[in-house]
Amino acid sequence: MSKARNSLSRTAFVHIALIGYAVISVFPVFLTIINSMKDRNAIFRNPMQLPTPQTFDLVGYSTVLGQGDFSTYFQNSFIVTVASIALVLLFGAMSAFALSEYRFRGNTLMGLYLAIGIMIPIRLGTVAILQGMVATGLVNTLTALILVYTAQGIPLAVFILSEFMRTVSDDLKNAGRIDGLSEYSIFFRLVLPLVRPAMATVAVFTMIPIWNDLWFPLILAPSEATKTVTLGSQIFIGQFVTNWNAVLAALSLAILPVLVLYFIFSRQLIRGITSGAVK
Amino acid sequence: MSDIPSSHEATGTIKRPIRWHIGVFLLPAFLVYTAVMILPLIETLRLSLFNTVDGQSTFVGLGNFKVLFGDERWAADFWNALKNNFIFFAIHMLVQNPIGVALAAMLSIPKLRFAAFYRTAIFLPTLLSFVIVGFIWKLILSPIWGVSPYLMDLVGLKSLFSPWLGKPNSALVAVSLISVWQYVGIPMMLIYAALLNIPEEVIEAAECDGVTGWSQFFKIKLPLILPAIGIISILTFVGNFNAFDLVYTVQGALAGPDKSTDILGTLLYRTFFGFQLQLGDRSMGATIATVMFLIILAGVSLYLFVIQRRMRRYQF
Repeated sequence: MSKARNSLSRTAFVHIALIGYAVISVFPVFLTIINSMKDRNAIFRNPMQLPTPQTFDLVGYSTVLGQGDFSTYFQNSFIVTVASIALVLLFGAMSAFALSEYRFRGNTLMGLYLAIGIMIPIRLGTVAILQGMVATGLVNTLTALILVYTAQGIPLAVFILSEFMRTVSDDLKNAGRIDGLSEYSIFFRLVLPLVRPAMATVAVFTMIPIWNDLWFPLILAPSEATKTVTLGSQIFIGQFVTNWNAVLAALSLAILPVLVLYFIFSRQLIRGITSGAVK
Repeated sequence: MSDIPSSHEATGTIKRPIRWHIGVFLLPAFLVYTAVMILPLIETLRLSLFNTVDGQSTFVGLGNFKVLFGDERWAADFWNALKNNFIFFAIHMLVQNPIGVALAAMLSIPKLRFAAFYRTAIFLPTLLSFVIVGFIWKLILSPIWGVSPYLMDLVGLKSLFSPWLGKPNSALVAVSLISVWQYVGIPMMLIYAALLNIPEEVIEAAECDGVTGWSQFFKIKLPLILPAIGIISILTFVGNFNAFDLVYTVQGALAGPDKSTDILGTLLYRTFFGFQLQLGDRSMGATIATVMFLIILAGVSLYLFVIQRRMRRYQF
């Protein structure tokens, strides 16, 4: 490069700035996790210290696991998230295929209709959603949450997947048609396997807001049997505000699955964003 | 697009059979989306025009809005929440997006080492739920724990510390900055993607003309990523006017201290669902949701029909 003398100090500055911000991003999470493994005195006396053999204490975790029904919460969150993603991907991909593959009257209109949901948040319909769920007896069931999240995820899924499905070669589909495949087999056996990377991107984008949502669990399914992790830890922490060990342990337990998922999917997620899937 | 029209033309004017499969493909998504999203949205808009009079649901026209904007029981809360929501949005625009752009600009420097590590670390908070983020920051900013005074002491600013979340005139800024901390990853990623899409030749041409460093960023790259900045602005707008979780977690449904952090989302929750002594009010809840809908619709329309149209897009 032309500016060798200048670039060294510039690179150093960039690294310092980035390290600084990365520390700001990670530090609160790190602080929570290390303090969740210390005894009460050490939490207050030396918040910055890593747990040492003297201060190491898992009393917070035993309180959390003894008091709150966290395994049920995890199970609920897991069922809701997996079921919603599966439905979003299946229904979204089917619609995306119809919209990108066939020309029919109302195609554009249908595309626009489904796109409304990308910008208008489903939360604004909560009053009537709750009414509807009460009327159909779905309040305090996981089904209610799954339905809401499926509806919430479909618009973006259709949008991203139809972009990708346009790139699947027509020759391939025509070869299938000549071989006598039905339109359904063309979709399920030829097109779906080819858009798998896009499906993974959509799955990650759909998963995060569902797992983290507080609003709908709070309103549609607040019963003990249907609480999700997010709502469960919110209520648990609210009750144990003064028990710092328990609060820190509950927070760490709630962070853990997100961290694990992030390390598994971060490449997929970042590739999805940077490839322009959400433009 | 598809081969169907061409094969159809080739076979002449034979009447095409009804293609049931199109309906089958579209139906499930259409049904769920319409039943759980669009119809409730319309129903909510409709409910905002009704109120219970003598135990009967009666059409009151814009009466609910008149109450919300003008009645002494509602107006103060509503205007306060609206004002706070605009401040909340302004802080995001002024802090989150510039930081996001700056981080993306640094990350996109070619051959930067550890770029993947920085990206991963900075994007991490975005994935955490508001509940986690809210409580972590509540603990860190708590004067009882003393982490913030300790850290500020390290840089010699201990005297500036105060329990920001508990003071009416700093609580909203503190909550907004927590939200900025969490969401800075989104503008960073979208701008980063936009910067990576700028072709090498453009940058090389700029360098040949002696445009480098800061002036290169402001004169060449920034105009090219303006569409991405437009997108993050509208995403921030929609997200902020629909926010609820963080304030609820950090300050509770009453959005204390003294409603200084009340935004439209928390007002909607209290109104519609009821809280403590206040009974839930469906009609007024629907009215607030309608106002939020109109604000978001206005923002999105402004973006789609004015800003995006005027913006010049460059095709490479």
